Amino acid sequence: MLADKDRIFTNIYGVHDTSLNGALARGLWDGTKNIIDLGHDEIIERIKESGLRGRGGAGFPTGLKWSFMPKSDPRPSYLVVNADESEPGSCKDREILRHDPHHLIEGCLISSFAIRAHTCYVYFRGEYIREREAFQKAVDEAYAAGLIGKNNKHGWDFDLYVHHGAGAYICGEETALLESLEGKKGQPRLKPPFPAGAGLYGAPTTVNNVESIAAVPTILRRGSGWFGSFGKSNNTGTKLFQISGHVEQPCVVEEEMGIPMRELIDRHAGGVRGGWNNLLAVIPGGSSVPCVPAHMCDDLTMDFDSLQKVKSGLGTAALIVMDKSTDIIAAIRRISYFYKHESCGQCTPCREGTGWMWRMMQRLESGKAEKKEIDMLFDVTKQVEGHTICALGDAAAWPIQGLIRNFRPTLEARIAAAQLAQEAAE
Amino acid sequence: MSVRRLHPNQPSNFAFTPQNETWAQETIAKYPDGKQASAVIPLLWRAQEQNYGWLPEPAIRVVADMLGMAYIRVYEIATFYTMFQLQPVGKIAHVQVCGTTPCMLRGAEKLVDVCKRKISKLPHVLSDDGNFSWEEVECLGACANAPMVQVWKDTYEDLTPDLFEKVLDKLASGAPPKLGSQIGRIASSPVAGFTSLTDKTLYSGNLNSSQED
Repeated sequence: MLADKDRIFTNIYGVHDTSLNGALARGLWDGTKNIIDLGHDEIIERIKESGLRGRGGAGFPTGLKWSFMPKSDPRPSYLVVNADESEPGSCKDREILRHDPHHLIEGCLISSFAIRAHTCYVYFRGEYIREREAFQKAVDEAYAAGLIGKNNKHGWDFDLYVHHGAGAYICGEETALLESLEGKKGQPRLKPPFPAGAGLYGAPTTVNNVESIAAVPTILRRGSGWFGSFGKSNNTGTKLFQISGHVEQPCVVEEEMGIPMRELIDRHAGGVRGGWNNLLAVIPGGSSVPCVPAHMCDDLTMDFDSLQKVKSGLGTAALIVMDKSTDIIAAIRRISYFYKHESCGQCTPCREGTGWMWRMMQRLESGKAEKKEIDMLFDVTKQVEGHTICALGDAAAWPIQGLIRNFRPTLEARIAAAQLAQEAAE
Repeated sequence: MSVRRLHPNQPSNFAFTPQNETWAQETIAKYPDGKQASAVIPLLWRAQEQNYGWLPEPAIRVVADMLGMAYIRVYEIATFYTMFQLQPVGKIAHVQVCGTTPCMLRGAEKLVDVCKRKISKLPHVLSDDGNFSWEEVECLGACANAPMVQVWKDTYEDLTPDLFEKVLDKLASGAPPKLGSQIGRIASSPVAGFTSLTDKTLYSGNLNSSQED
């Protein structure tokens, strides 16, 4: 188990002083100037060495992403922090934003310096109102103390602005977020050009998740080797895990990457309701990744590569745990409704497909379908997947694919039962 | 996608209060020159807050004029982003029940039943006294405290139907309910006690005596 001294986020539950004074006492903003003095390229190099992979779901190496930013460009560069945490199951950034905000503010300064940006926008999901207020308070403190702003103590002019959305999951997609930040509907852009070439206001932009940026100061203070010593090769560091659903004690907790799923659930979440043998399936990375049936969970570790091997994903490391009382068809049907509701409507396969898949899932839930329609549904998910501008189409397809792959007998039994009931009625 | 339309009955005009007008100018200044359209969501949101929790059509035009945007561009923002309420909402509370899978697994459907019984059968329809309205929303981002609801700025978490009814009753009686977890949990920590962050030496410079044992 990760020792407390090796946890980055030491106030995620908010029991300690959340103000700047409290943050200083916990070692934040310590030697920030020395980090800045390393220079842009050395900071990027050290983040690359640490192995930090983006914490927003896709797991793209953070240092590598930064290295795509131009070194000299007449346009201003921007850092945009994605605090549009909306993936069902995910509730980790919320704890950083409201309880440990100075990790993120210090990270914004250092990361902006690394990519040669003087301006940073933090895009909050609209519903995180109290979180936004708490974060704004911390930003004001940092300005007042001369830690950020023009002519600050660190010798890099830096402005940090808090922005927010108004209830659109799609704005968590980085180019939709930029559109929204520019004052438009959140509809994703075609890539390329990537944001590093043409992002916010057409200028070079890096978009990073809250947890990625918030981890940066501690990584640089304690060393890439320290961060890289946790987890596994290519899956290093510590990570905030979120455990929801049918566990005794749902919680958010920071642990080592690659922790066995069972250990994570047993140690921190009090175990599966009714015991490990009562487990039906786990959605290990937020609603968009396919579910993993119980028999595959026994020895499964929580990291990008291991979960990919079982045809699922780490995503945001949000575990949705389902025990044997769960109607898994209904659980996935509700996820399908989510994607239907949140599709931005720009690409036809997603706009039409998400609705089609949801209606199909409703029929499968009631059993009023034919067995061959299971394959038809699978085929439709394959027609949506990969045929849209952004990954929302994929995200809508994968949970259903996971259901069909792992729970086909359940689907067939539901149909058979409905047919029997129908025959009995006639 | 959800199809959303403006309400047929609209007030004839809208104007920001002087205080909100000042705030709006400060907000616009956060964005580079010529990029003031970036402020459209914050301004519409402030308009909604000023107008008892729903966004009237005249406010859309006021915000468009302030930002130099075509009316249609702001109209499409108002209809695209689902936190903009396009019809009047309850005076005391517009209850947003999270219904997505993590909350559903822990009983969100029963919270919806409470809304149907205590507020109105259909979402977005005012209660008889006009004090309450409700809707089921997509993930509110507090999954480790499921099931939960949001009312205005605040969340009420770790609910059961009984606890939820108590929250509604308190709101109705004007006595503010306890915020956050309704079962006394500290944020999203494990309910039986911390399983991490118990090393007191981490906080030697920073013990918050009221919350430490």
